[in-house]
Amino acid sequence: MRHLRKILALSLAILMLSAALSACSGGKTNEASPQSTAETTQPQVSAEPVIGGELTVGIAQDLDDTLDPQKMVSAGTREVLFNVYEGLVKPDTKGNLIPAVASDYKISDTGDTFTFTLRDSVKFHNGNVVTVKDVVYSIKRAAGLDTGETLIDGFDAVKSVEAPDEKTVVVTLKEPNIEFLALFTAAIIPDGNDPTKETVGTGPFKFISRSPQENIVLENFSDYWGTPANVDKVTYKIIDNAETLVMSLKSGAVDLVAHLTSAQVKELGEGFTIMEGTMNLVQAVYINNTKEPFNNVKVRQALSYAIDRGAIMDYLADGRGALVGSSMYPAFQKYFKPELVDYYTYDTEKAKQLLRDAGYPDGFEMSITVPSNYQPHVDTAQVIAEQLKAIGVTVNIDLVDWGTWLSKVYQGRDYQSTVIGVDASMMTARAMLERFSSDSGSNFTNFSDPEYDKVFKEAIASTDDEKQVELYKQLQTILTEDAANLYIQDMCDLVAMGNGLQGYEFYPIYVMDLSKVYFTK
Amino acid sequence: MRKSPNYNLIAGCSLTAVTVSVIVLGFFWTPFDPDAMSPIKKSIGPCLSHFLGTDNFGRDILSRVMEGAGTTLSIAFFAVSIGATFGTLIGGLTGYFGGVADEIVMRINDAVTAFPSILLALVVVSITGTGKEIIIIVLGILFIPSFARVVRGEFAKQRNMDYVRNAKLMGVRHTRIMFVHILPNIGPVLLSSIAIGFNNAVLAEASMSFLGVGIKPSESASLGRILLESQSYLFSAPWQALSAGCAISILILGFALISEGLGYRRVWRTATKRRRKVDA
Repeated sequence: MRHLRKILALSLAILMLSAALSACSGGKTNEASPQSTAETTQPQVSAEPVIGGELTVGIAQDLDDTLDPQKMVSAGTREVLFNVYEGLVKPDTKGNLIPAVASDYKISDTGDTFTFTLRDSVKFHNGNVVTVKDVVYSIKRAAGLDTGETLIDGFDAVKSVEAPDEKTVVVTLKEPNIEFLALFTAAIIPDGNDPTKETVGTGPFKFISRSPQENIVLENFSDYWGTPANVDKVTYKIIDNAETLVMSLKSGAVDLVAHLTSAQVKELGEGFTIMEGTMNLVQAVYINNTKEPFNNVKVRQALSYAIDRGAIMDYLADGRGALVGSSMYPAFQKYFKPELVDYYTYDTEKAKQLLRDAGYPDGFEMSITVPSNYQPHVDTAQVIAEQLKAIGVTVNIDLVDWGTWLSKVYQGRDYQSTVIGVDASMMTARAMLERFSSDSGSNFTNFSDPEYDKVFKEAIASTDDEKQVELYKQLQTILTEDAANLYIQDMCDLVAMGNGLQGYEFYPIYVMDLSKVYFTK
Repeated sequence: MRKSPNYNLIAGCSLTAVTVSVIVLGFFWTPFDPDAMSPIKKSIGPCLSHFLGTDNFGRDILSRVMEGAGTTLSIAFFAVSIGATFGTLIGGLTGYFGGVADEIVMRINDAVTAFPSILLALVVVSITGTGKEIIIIVLGILFIPSFARVVRGEFAKQRNMDYVRNAKLMGVRHTRIMFVHILPNIGPVLLSSIAIGFNNAVLAEASMSFLGVGIKPSESASLGRILLESQSYLFSAPWQALSAGCAISILILGFALISEGLGYRRVWRTATKRRRKVDA
């Protein structure tokens, strides 16, 4: 009896030891290839699509700000209402603007007059056909021409809206701006409609109901002018806890969840279609360009060389994400300049040399202010702090809450450097690049370069699309060469789908298009 | 009657001795550099070279827990020192002299205790910014009321005792009576509340760091921060959260047992004293 116990104890000990050892080696091999833990499958062609079905989507926040598509500010609201409302034009997955409620548009050579031809028989969810009256009302409402209150930023540039005939709408701007076309993605609503009381749009889904903090229900709109949606009904479930969101997906209570982190996808395990996209923002160490020692361009360049961006992506998301080299993200193909991505390659020797040239042979001490509620940014700051030790730079990480960050860093510009992601409020290059011109109110990096200001003025005044793109690329080059900020990446955005769901597509802006997803057998 | 061994005190002391020696060792030596990151060592489970595994940055968790427990403990030590010193002073003065000043100070005390101390600490830290020194000062100040209350009660009890009256009649100075005559008599009570104070301080620091307003990530590791960072890897790499969680539990258990043991000793002592009186 005694012997038996001894043997049992011994074998148990050996078992535990070997388990520990295998965990050690097993972990290493697993981590080397992130694909092994999370399946990344493209939409399968072999699986047979099924038309219909009820889709449940998990989202982290309710539509708290407003149901008014012209007043909404939160990205989470925009993401849901994208399926309900459409503008005269709408974005496609490549970042182009394609005609929607309008079948055709023309921009005058002077760049200040937009002429839209309405598409035949586009219907609202209430059954009425869209007329020029509805369009004029919608644009006037957004621009506040009658009320004086501009609902959508930038729409104050509209001088007048007219409808010369039953099919044509002419919008005149106060000054030339060909990029203004992107603003016509603004929702078209019926004449006299108050969207907070009645939600009527022209999108592929019609709004059925909303229970605050619980769910939002949409239904397939059968009279949609374009390709109709595949599923019959969509229910958004509001689940604000990240862990619960993953668990609901795992249990099958939810079919689709977007904006997951790499760690959350790992928790999911097998049996899900994971789609990988990017968040459409530029994550960088944004630098206060007027603060010592960052007013010296050599110091900024040195730091750019000293940061190993690949390692940051490895730590944060198992290598997922897209590198950036300037203030433009890759999904914005039209303007993105890929040559800038590898302008600064990881090279500590070069960094040390530049620091010596700049007069800081022993490095210096700097602080990075990070909003504590964004763990990816906090993690990035930690990795950077560790990497900069190699060139003798000591980093203090100051954690602040989001409100403090907004008032102190973004508005007060009282900081040395910060890690944050900056996105575009609308699909124009201007939205990304305007903030670096010296007189911009949102220039929180205090970047100031006469050459940049000159090119920027030229770019926004340009009425030739091709030339404008060229000028915007030139601006990006200036930012990179001057090392205005330590550009890192466009962070990865993962979408997980269960229950045989397929067909999700990413857009270069923060929306979730549910008309294309479908169930498979 | 044979005195049964005070198991609580023995267990508490030995547990604390072990943890404190590991922590002190951590001040001078850790198996790995607690901050050294390595992409190829990401999230390895516990094994022979990394006894508690590694975290999502490839940092050795054992080293981080050693350093983190050190940070947590040193913050607790200084915070409790501030609390106990000032608490004893305030409690001693008010308890010994009584009167209006006693009333006023104790009502202020009540007002401060009415707020949960972590909440107050959060408010202060959100105004002043985070950092080790600030947390020590804030927690120290917040611990003063609880010590003041305990000490005041004891002083009020002792001041009417014969030995104090005798001393007064003999013309001994108030300060001498307070700190040389009375203070040693309330030693056990003070000690056990210091042990409880330690527990509260460890928990407070860990919770603040967990909420992201404690130790700065660039300063040093802290048990609360390790917990915070391991949150999203609870299922895929549970060893991260478990190591930090267990470390906090063991630290607290040690002090809790000591405080329990001291309390038991006090009860036992007074009981025997009473029995002796009856015997006589």
